[in-house]
Amino acid sequence: MAGSKDSVARTLTVAFLVCLVCAVVVATAAVSLRPVQQKNQTLDRRVNILQAAGLYQPGMDVEAAFKTIDRKFVDLETGEYVDKPASYDQLKAAKDPEQSERLDPEDDIAGIKTQADVAEVFLARDDAGNLTRIILPVRGYGLWSTLYGFMALEADAKTIAGLGFYQHGETPGLGGEVDNPAWKALWEGKKIYDEDGDIAIQVIKGTVDSGTPNAENKVDGLAGATLTSKGVSHLVRFWVGAKGFGPYLERMQNGEAGDGSEAGETGGEA
Amino acid sequence: MAEKTKDLLFGPIFDNNPIALQILGICSALAVTSNLSTTVTMCIALTLVTAFSNFFVSTVRNVIPSSIRIIVQMTIIASLVIVVDQFLKAYAYSISKQLSVFVGLIITNCIVMGRAEAFAMKNAPIPSFMDGVGNGLGYSVLLLTLGFVRELFGAGSLFGIQVLPTTADGGWYATNGLLLLPPSAFFLIGFFIWAVRAWKPEQVEEDDFKMKPHSRVSDAF
Repeated sequence: MAGSKDSVARTLTVAFLVCLVCAVVVATAAVSLRPVQQKNQTLDRRVNILQAAGLYQPGMDVEAAFKTIDRKFVDLETGEYVDKPASYDQLKAAKDPEQSERLDPEDDIAGIKTQADVAEVFLARDDAGNLTRIILPVRGYGLWSTLYGFMALEADAKTIAGLGFYQHGETPGLGGEVDNPAWKALWEGKKIYDEDGDIAIQVIKGTVDSGTPNAENKVDGLAGATLTSKGVSHLVRFWVGAKGFGPYLERMQNGEAGDGSEAGETGGEA
Repeated sequence: MAEKTKDLLFGPIFDNNPIALQILGICSALAVTSNLSTTVTMCIALTLVTAFSNFFVSTVRNVIPSSIRIIVQMTIIASLVIVVDQFLKAYAYSISKQLSVFVGLIITNCIVMGRAEAFAMKNAPIPSFMDGVGNGLGYSVLLLTLGFVRELFGAGSLFGIQVLPTTADGGWYATNGLLLLPPSAFFLIGFFIWAVRAWKPEQVEEDDFKMKPHSRVSDAF
């Protein structure tokens, strides 16, 4: 019996049966749980967007809150709205040479290497249908990791309403303090541009003295996390700059892009 | 039999702890214990995987050809881990995001493989299942201790609820940042092993080399 247990035919049969049973079990679990998982992913993303916009309260009905938010696609070069299928994934597009642009090292202050041609934006409205927030997906390199998040702007497209990251691998307790609500609150009301209209927003080292000139362009650095602070500063400047949402924001400031209610298709899927 | 089941279940907690005595599964003990909610999830996931992989490996132990036994064990373990990972993604999404790759890495956790090879291949399914649960409990006791200390003193909270008001929020407790970093778990595991061996001296290993008493410097030459 011991000899036949180790025969080639027996070995192959056992291997095949084990694989078959395991494959069926794994496939069943993956397929049957997929709808719930996708719902979770969508919900998670929406919560992140609402948090960045400062519209999130724990326990709120995210689905209902998201009904007032439109998802749009923007051609980053021209700043115009374009149509894309609801399944469009900006991060995937950024990795596809057909749909993205390789950035020059001197332009690429955020350290993201490639930039998708088309980006998502989310437009939040109040009950009367007026634009209240422009929410932009942002990402950039900190100290150890790429930080992924959303930045929310006021309807004037010049004032920051919130900034939040949903994924990063910075040092807990130091760079990880980018998640600290007290620090995130500092961004609220900061101006992107100085009086001459140049991009001036930055994270400085130490604490901002409200008496200094251009205090409205400056945000306190994180104590003990100089490089993460620099990374955040760079990524914000990159995404409001010419290679980021610069052209789009310019159109929004001039009212050229419209508030988005007539142009393009309103994709409810986020 | 009842006595034996009890041994299988509770023996690995202090008498034969997989981390403290066998020094297995250190990697995930460092990685997931910076807060308690991920720790608890990881403990449950690992206990389930160890128990069921022991059970299934033991069920088929008499038909597995010895030449491919390791890969058959791996296949069974990997399938269970994927199923657990899928369930976490479906029903505990935010925790599964924090655990990220470490759920998948249960596959390579030495405790799971070790128990499958050392126990389940030689014993019947039910005792094997109990052995898996027991080793999962042993792993859990150590991880929960680490998670408790690291979250309480590293972030001043337990399960994300603030217990000690931190200076960052205007309280009095200055958090210990080192405890949130993986290396701190090494120190804590060391203290845990020290405590267990002080309590149960029979776990202390014999020295590999005996030092000669009253050796003088001149003896070395």
